[in-house]
Amino acid sequence: MSLATEPLAADSSLARAAGPLASNGTARDFYELLKPRVMQLVIFTALVGMLTAHQSINPIIGFASILAIAIGAGASGCLNMWYDATIDGLMDRTSKRPIPSGAVARGEAFAFGMTLSVGSVLFLGLITNWYAAGFLAFTIFFYVVVYTMWLKHWTAQNIVIGGAAGAFPPMIGYMAVTGSFNIETFLQFLMIFIWTPPHFWALALVKTKDYARAGVPMLPVVAGGVETRRQILIYSVLLAPVGMSPALFGYASPFYLVFSGGFGLVMVWLAYDLSRKHEGDAARKAAYRLFGTSIIYLFALFAALLVEEVVPMIPWANLWGRFLP
Amino acid sequence: MNEQPYPTVAKLSPEALQRQKSRSKALGIVLGCLVILFFIVTIAKLGGNVYNRAM
Repeated sequence: MSLATEPLAADSSLARAAGPLASNGTARDFYELLKPRVMQLVIFTALVGMLTAHQSINPIIGFASILAIAIGAGASGCLNMWYDATIDGLMDRTSKRPIPSGAVARGEAFAFGMTLSVGSVLFLGLITNWYAAGFLAFTIFFYVVVYTMWLKHWTAQNIVIGGAAGAFPPMIGYMAVTGSFNIETFLQFLMIFIWTPPHFWALALVKTKDYARAGVPMLPVVAGGVETRRQILIYSVLLAPVGMSPALFGYASPFYLVFSGGFGLVMVWLAYDLSRKHEGDAARKAAYRLFGTSIIYLFALFAALLVEEVVPMIPWANLWGRFLP
Repeated sequence: MNEQPYPTVAKLSPEALQRQKSRSKALGIVLGCLVILFFIVTIAKLGGNVYNRAM
């Protein structure tokens, strides 16, 4: 344990209290509490949700809305780390996080997370509308209370249901612009929702011992590797058409249909490959391959949706006109 | 006379002091950015109404 202070005296109650109560880390440790990599996905998907609204929004308000959604997501990550600090310390993957490593005091992480939660919700409500702000508040509540405090420690289906929290941002982005939501943004929610189990279980297969040590009932711990591989394959087969659904419902072009279909097949193939490899280095590599590809898959599909929304907005004729005689 | 000793204040190590300074600096920068953000967002929300006020 690292202490922020030098001990004054053996019987000094102040010295005993200062360590656990005061943070010892840098500003970067507080930034790490926000799970920046998850925030990247949230920013990106919320932006796509916002652009698919097909309604004009002041760019400054749009930027500030994305910032509020990202900070709300970061706050829920921070509160997740506050609540799970003890089990994070038991797992290799999470033991270097700011609280178990002693850089940030648990109470300060809680205060930081709560301040950002309330601040981001109020800010989003004041600059856009209270439907979007309410939805952001519900997302934070769902991730922290429903997923972190309840599902994660109770059922092997934890990340299936809890994945909804990570899938809400495009809907919040859309709602920030329109004050409502539609089928298109629901399909984007569904893409992330169905993508979460094969993505997360691929990692859990490699980290099974970690989760077992911490007493977290992840699917590989509860049902074993064979059943997890079967479930990954089922969800990957489901994911392929769901990934294509924006084009199937007429919200994206045939190009997107072919692109998402092809990438969906790659995901199914990798899940099938993983289902055949049960032990050793080959199984480990197959799990990491699926995990890594799944991240690229989701970013690529949302990037394709983004490009299809942005390209028609560019006044090509005016741009070319400046260079032509 | 039964005198109570003054409470002793914890002394920070140089490394801890450095980290505390970095946190304070970051907090200052974030607060400054928030002030600017709130100002810009307010102007953006007001829009053309800024010029339509009674003089």
